[in-house]
Amino acid sequence: MAQILSLAQAVEAVVQDGDVTAFEGFTHLIPFAAGHETIRQGRKDLTLVRMTPDLIYDQLIGVGAAKKMVFSWGGNPGVGSLHRFRDAYEKGWPRPLEIEEHSHAAMANAYEAGAAGLPFAAFRGYRGAELPRVNPTIKSVTCPYTGEVLATVPAIRLDSAIIHAQKADRAGNVLLDGIVGVQKEAVLAAKRSLATVEEIVDDLGPRSLNACVLPHWTVTAIAAVPGGAHPSYTQGYYKRDNAYYEAWDEIARDRDSFKAWIAANVMDKGPEAFARYAAKRRPA
Amino acid sequence: MTAGGKPAYTPTEMMTVVASRALKNSDVCFVGIGAPSAACNLARLTHAPGITLIYESGTIATKPNVLPLSIGDGELCETALTTVPVPEMFRYWLQGGRISVGFLGGAQIDRFANLNTTSIGPYDKPKVRLPGGGGAPEIATSCGEVFIIMAQGKRSFVDKLDFVTSLGHGSGPGDRERLGVKTKGPTRVITDLAVMEPDPATKELTVVSMHPGVTREQVADSTGWPVKFAGKVADTAPPDAQELEVLRDLHARTKAAMRPRE
Repeated sequence: MAQILSLAQAVEAVVQDGDVTAFEGFTHLIPFAAGHETIRQGRKDLTLVRMTPDLIYDQLIGVGAAKKMVFSWGGNPGVGSLHRFRDAYEKGWPRPLEIEEHSHAAMANAYEAGAAGLPFAAFRGYRGAELPRVNPTIKSVTCPYTGEVLATVPAIRLDSAIIHAQKADRAGNVLLDGIVGVQKEAVLAAKRSLATVEEIVDDLGPRSLNACVLPHWTVTAIAAVPGGAHPSYTQGYYKRDNAYYEAWDEIARDRDSFKAWIAANVMDKGPEAFARYAAKRRPA
Repeated sequence: MTAGGKPAYTPTEMMTVVASRALKNSDVCFVGIGAPSAACNLARLTHAPGITLIYESGTIATKPNVLPLSIGDGELCETALTTVPVPEMFRYWLQGGRISVGFLGGAQIDRFANLNTTSIGPYDKPKVRLPGGGGAPEIATSCGEVFIIMAQGKRSFVDKLDFVTSLGHGSGPGDRERLGVKTKGPTRVITDLAVMEPDPATKELTVVSMHPGVTREQVADSTGWPVKFAGKVADTAPPDAQELEVLRDLHARTKAAMRPRE
């Protein structure tokens, strides 16, 4: 049964030091507010898992909250590098960062295996690619029916999964709509989970009969954080702030400008800072 | 086309237009972000209105009015026929063999069209750590064929890749088959200077067409291996007025949509 909490209480309950954790979102519905709260609470030694780590992982890595990142594409989409990630991986600042690198297909399959309670995922992948040479978790299995050799990766099992969604009802059922990425799989592959939502409503309202809903008994905590995905977006509420992604490139290039940005925009702020984006961007 | 001796289009426009022409109306195309996305949408807005564009975020048959900055912009979802979860995209649609063309770019390419988007310098001690493979390792082997679009230069067209992110033709004929890969792999590389195709016998990329005003010396000087030319090298047709107008309109709409809303 999901508990409806404040963001601070929810992060306190769900994200712990040393967790293997995923703040998932495939461009859409990225839980930025929860990431900022995690930084404010000073979580450390996290293993950050995500297919497409973008700015929120750059921020978590830049403040030294992570010891390892498991990923398949680590960049600022359409803009360039994640400078904090590169600084940590290439130069060990502010602490060394270990990486475990996969392809998207491998991670998507591994999340699905985690949700399904399987030990590993098998798929037709990595053929002729060099990642298996540098990532020892990538192995293979021979199909007992056809003899085909398939790539395998261990299932993703998380201590905690953090997602953002459009809404939850008061019982704690969570509705996701639009590009849903691997968030359902991440929540089902995790011991503890947190969904931040744009709003908590009496009834989830009209929706497709096949809508993506996480039942309340699969989610640990829910926090209402309007605008909580900014600068990512929430379909039906507000658009992606592409200009912010472009501006981040300059902010993150330099250690001092990054630290100043975190102080002003994360440490001295709270979840209410996100509300301005929700209010401003909601369609008329 | 020249106006007073000066080309009326840029090398990047030339590259995008040529890449768009490679696509057919009946194609189902897995689109990478950036240059591939511009080329694929130009094709859709000109000669291939029926093309199915798929982005790895799960959007199928999407018709964006502006070019997305990321593979998961809301524009892609709102204009798609349907949007599926990401595991389904990679399992049923890509691995399932339902995509005819994958459109890729990269930081480095070698003469067999293997690509590197992972690391400049050694993997463990990179000079530049790039974003990584994303969908590319499986796009390169699961799509019916692969088109590659990249600006040409000695730093990107290299003798030896620093890291093989995704398979092209390996180290020559028969490599894909030996690895159990049944698809064609890269069949065309489109640059800002020329079009290359793998030689049918050696699988080595060979110049088959050069863009207007480009010389063989220029192509050779921009390639990190002794590049070969086909027996007959065609002249690439320059962009026509409609192609240029549609491409420029698309970029103008995209730029307008990018303006900060604060």
